[in-house]
Amino acid sequence: MFAWSLELAWLIVLLPFAAFALIGLFLHRWPRLSAYLSILAIGLSFGLSVLVAAHVFLGGMQETFEVSMRWLAMPGLNVDMGLLIDGLTAVMLIVVTSVALLVQIYSWGYMHGDPGFSSYYAYQSVFAGAMLGLVLANNFGQLFVFWELVGLASYLLIGFWFGRHSAKNAAVKAFITNRVGDFGLLLGILFLQIIFGTLNFSGLAAEVAGYTNTAILIVVSILLLAGPIGKSAQFPLHVWLPDAMEGPTPVSALIHAATMVAAGVYLIARAFFIFSATPEVMMLIAVIGGFTALFAATIALVQNDIKRILAYSTLSQLGYMVMAMGIGAMTAGMFHLMTHAFFKSLLFLAAGSVIHAIAGEQDIWKMGRLKDKMPITTWTFVIGALALAGIPPLSGFWSKDEILLGAFAGGYTGLYLLGTLVAFMTAFYMFRLIFVVFFGSGKGVEKAHESPPVMTIPLIILAVMAVIAGFVGSPLMDYAFARFVTYPGAVHYEASTMVIAISSLVAIAGIGLAWAIYQKEWINHLQMRERFSGIYTLLYNKYYIDELYHWLGQRFVYGTAKALFWFDIYVVNGLVNGLAALTGGAGKVLRYTETGQVQTYAAYMLAGVIVIVGLVVLAGFALLI
Amino acid sequence: MLLLTNLIGFSAVYASWKVADRVKEFFSLLLILITGVMGTFLTTDLFIFFMFYEVVVIPIYLLVIMFGSSKRVTKEYAGMKLTIYLLIGSAFLLVALVALFVKSKAILGFPTMDMFTLASADFPIGFQIFEFVLMALGFGTLLSMFPFHAWSPDGYAGAPTAVSMIHAGVLKKIGGYGLIRIGLMILPGGAAYVAPIIAVLALGNVVYAAFICLSQKDLKYIVGYSSVSHMGYVLIGIAALNLISINGAIIMMFAHGVMAALFFAMIGNLYEKSHTRNVDDFGGLAHQMPRLATGFMIAGLASLGLPGMVNFIGEFTIFVGAFGTYKVLTILAVSGIIFTALYILRTLGAVLFGPRRPEWDHLQDLKGVEMVPLLVLGAAILIGGIAPFTLMDLINLGVGDLVAQLGSLQIGGMF
Repeated sequence: MFAWSLELAWLIVLLPFAAFALIGLFLHRWPRLSAYLSILAIGLSFGLSVLVAAHVFLGGMQETFEVSMRWLAMPGLNVDMGLLIDGLTAVMLIVVTSVALLVQIYSWGYMHGDPGFSSYYAYQSVFAGAMLGLVLANNFGQLFVFWELVGLASYLLIGFWFGRHSAKNAAVKAFITNRVGDFGLLLGILFLQIIFGTLNFSGLAAEVAGYTNTAILIVVSILLLAGPIGKSAQFPLHVWLPDAMEGPTPVSALIHAATMVAAGVYLIARAFFIFSATPEVMMLIAVIGGFTALFAATIALVQNDIKRILAYSTLSQLGYMVMAMGIGAMTAGMFHLMTHAFFKSLLFLAAGSVIHAIAGEQDIWKMGRLKDKMPITTWTFVIGALALAGIPPLSGFWSKDEILLGAFAGGYTGLYLLGTLVAFMTAFYMFRLIFVVFFGSGKGVEKAHESPPVMTIPLIILAVMAVIAGFVGSPLMDYAFARFVTYPGAVHYEASTMVIAISSLVAIAGIGLAWAIYQKEWINHLQMRERFSGIYTLLYNKYYIDELYHWLGQRFVYGTAKALFWFDIYVVNGLVNGLAALTGGAGKVLRYTETGQVQTYAAYMLAGVIVIVGLVVLAGFALLI
Repeated sequence: MLLLTNLIGFSAVYASWKVADRVKEFFSLLLILITGVMGTFLTTDLFIFFMFYEVVVIPIYLLVIMFGSSKRVTKEYAGMKLTIYLLIGSAFLLVALVALFVKSKAILGFPTMDMFTLASADFPIGFQIFEFVLMALGFGTLLSMFPFHAWSPDGYAGAPTAVSMIHAGVLKKIGGYGLIRIGLMILPGGAAYVAPIIAVLALGNVVYAAFICLSQKDLKYIVGYSSVSHMGYVLIGIAALNLISINGAIIMMFAHGVMAALFFAMIGNLYEKSHTRNVDDFGGLAHQMPRLATGFMIAGLASLGLPGMVNFIGEFTIFVGAFGTYKVLTILAVSGIIFTALYILRTLGAVLFGPRRPEWDHLQDLKGVEMVPLLVLGAAILIGGIAPFTLMDLINLGVGDLVAQLGSLQIGGMF
């Protein structure tokens, strides 16, 4: 069908970058024009992506499409810039461009009047271009380049309101934490280059298949895994994501919920041929993912900041996806990535609409009864939350169920139970938020108002997606998703009624409990807080992990820095200055010999002659004897 | 012919951005300096090379003590320290060159100082090691190899902006250039023995200096130590003795040159207007000076090796090349990317971001001619980073032959 669209696929990446360059160089004085240009570029990218996806899914494209150009070449090292298009790429293209487009449109309303309006759109364009370059990459070198560039965009956008100390610090924290992960990723890539001599995905897939040194493969896989742990904010590198909420809310929706943080999951899927070669590493992935899912969900139970609750929920859901990868249910993980992108960006944008309406307030206890003032925001948020909680037949239900099914049918009973528990918590904390903010008995906020259509229309579109996006992977459509997005080694199971029933019941139970506590107030949540104050404080302070890192950083990194500086000044430099002093001192001593009197010099000469003659005589004697 | 093309191309790349440097009333001294640098890059005769190299040192001394600034150390001390270090370095070099000259008579039958003739001579291995150690000391001092780096931060801090720019940008690179062109080409056998030691010292540069950056408050000291740290990558690239790593080292020298020059230009501009370089005195400057902030950001991001900037190409290439030779050392060196990011982002954050501080409201943003370094150097950084093949083709021409000389050598292994 649209085969020609593949030939134009490079434009998908280039258009946003071009928009960035134009805004940065010429248009930064015209905010409206900048925004139009940026939206136009991502709109065109979206259009092209739709054509590409149509070709891949409907046109029956059999083989993967790959082209590349020389970028950095020398004998022994080739890094290309290329395009690789298959089912996985096509899904990511649609997700990234559609959410990015909607977020950029929404931002028109949200960011209106901000002095940095042009820069905001410039950064958004960088992000879109880099993210698309990442998903289209056909080799690890290119992937790393764009991987870092999305990190840059994230840094710039988290620190967008750079006048705030908190935003500045959050931006640095995000970048550094990611760098720690990238350190591993880069080493992994170096290993691949040295061992296999290529970074190309298809080339590597062929090489790895015939490679037998398991120990090396395990090392390489674990190093590579560090990248996704940083980018997808898995434990123990998760600390940056909640702080990243300092950025404007549309940014949180796009980058820190829907797309960039999913890049880690995408990397695992893309390099599935490496990870799936070693069961040990797969198990590690599953455990990290499962642990993060539970860990983050428990923290989300007690947070009070609307964006932080969503941020911990994102962490938890990313944990789900990573866990899915680890148990081999790669298709399910990607499916959840897609549905999550829609409903989580919906939730963030709706939260942004709330924050926008009540002048930047983010504490849920200062909101209440917003449903009367903001009906569209309220109901779209509820749809998003239902999808996240996994209520059938919304999208989150199908994808979460696939993961739980994978764990159950694959024999990972522990992870299955853990996943089900997390599903219960998810439903609970989401509806705690909803009852407190939108319903509840609170007195409400007087000046609240519904957002303008430029913000509500993207909400409605995303709500529709959050409802229907799940069908493509459901038994109703014969698991269409799984047919296109799969790799050798990925497992897939037929739906099980029992798993479906249990996960639905659990979600409903979570909602019911939240309703009982926060709507009906049958149970006083403040008393609960008192009774379990120890656990509450631990959770509220996020298990004190940030404090631990801070302490370690101050203690070791800066301590070492100070010690080494002292060493440099007093030892390395001191030696040099000592030498100089020695030279100077010697000069001073010798100066006394230079009296300027001919008699003294003559005396020295005589003494010298005597010494020499004496030596000669002595030498003569020595020879004689 | 290939080598010559490469040489000229290589120098031309440097020359093209030196033009952008702001030259002021010390124009003539600066020109002598530039001439000296150009001379060392263009000549194929070791004597001329050495002569030009000495020509470089004197104007620097004068420039520093006349136009420099005194902060932690006085400018006289800084100038003195810088000059003496460089002269001691060059003394080693002189011994090495003279010995080479004398020895060439024994080997070739006629004494010569021509690089290519010498390269074709087959020196005994003991002599090569002796020579290479001397050269490593001489060029290493110039390249601020650990532990001979102490002149660099003090010297840069004391020197006026343009001198810091040229010094960090180009002059330092004579060390790397000499080590590659003279050391590796004429003495490949000696290089193979000494290289592992250089690689270990280079690791000292990368990690040790990066840590020190974390504790610095003066902007020029930060960039000074950071340049010591970056030279570690260059040294590792050279010490790994293979085509990829040496290519990387050359790109890195170019990249660091442009980046450091941009950094010093921005710092100089800020200092001129605010009369302080202490990080804690600033904050939120992006409010008042968005263009200056852009310059700082480009230099900073290049410094931490962000893709899209030419420095990333250098680092990545060095890592790939060196990883084949020294496994553990390279892994440790790669950790430099974390610490570099840490000190760079903290510095940028402290200077540029945060709440607006009214005491700096009088500062004027870059305008007119002040924009030239930003535009030219910024463009060089970005073009090299986005389209590295433009640079690579140029460098590949010359390095191929050089590596053919090294071809059969086996090094590393134990690391």
